[in-house]
Amino acid sequence: MNHEGCRHLLAGLSDYLDGEASAELCAEIQKHMADCHRCRVVINTLRKTVELYHRLPQPEFPDEARERLYKTLELSGYLR
Amino acid sequence: MADNNKDRELLERIRAGDKTACDDCIRVHSPGIYRLALRLMRDQADAEDVVQETFLSAFKGIDRFDGRSGLSTWLYRIAFNAAMMRLRRRRPEFVPIDTADEPEGDLPIPEALVDWCLLPEQELVRAETRAEMERAIGELPPKLRAVFVMRDLEELSTVETADALGLSEQAVKTRLHRARLLLRERLTGYLAASASTKR
Repeated sequence: MNHEGCRHLLAGLSDYLDGEASAELCAEIQKHMADCHRCRVVINTLRKTVELYHRLPQPEFPDEARERLYKTLELSGYLR
Repeated sequence: MADNNKDRELLERIRAGDKTACDDCIRVHSPGIYRLALRLMRDQADAEDVVQETFLSAFKGIDRFDGRSGLSTWLYRIAFNAAMMRLRRRRPEFVPIDTADEPEGDLPIPEALVDWCLLPEQELVRAETRAEMERAIGELPPKLRAVFVMRDLEELSTVETADALGLSEQAVKTRLHRARLLLRERLTGYLAASASTKR
């Protein structure tokens, strides 16, 4: 991704993927993507990266840690 | 976005010394605070300490909460500050002292250009890939990591993240974009071998 036009668009890619880019920027990116295989790969893999992270399983707060927290806060009687 | 009426009612009860309100607050907010702490600290025991410190500090200082941000945002801010203090004590050379806006430098230029999007779904969500994704979060610079975790994992808005971290909205957007580019690069490197063998 060393071409000047590619670098110019790089800063706006997250706005584009988040639906926050201006209509002009969207049009510019789409036009560029039609001709630039490298940018298509970058945008597609960036979009997929964000999507995979959105679906990453979330670690749970361990029950034992919750018990310790309630004990410290003197809330043990309220533990559910 | 925080529910202001619920926050107000919960705050009133906490201020009045109602312990069931403290319990409600912990049950609603501790999962997100723990996840942020774990991603920042990369250590379960340290993350638990951060959660404990966050709620102790919040309940003791509940009168300092002015309600301009949501309760959740305020708690994330306390947790972030507690985590940064601990990280600084642990490895002062790697943690930025100042998290305020500062020049971000050039964006990382994408170099890995393998298209792995067509890999089978099971390849993308298998445990090893997800472990690599978690490692990649842990290796982001802390100031990018905090923004990425709040925006893309905890799904705080740009405004809430900016408020929690004391940054401008533009700085949040720039840091999120930098984090995503670095994670894309890392994930592409990891998945490239699989993608090339599937061709």
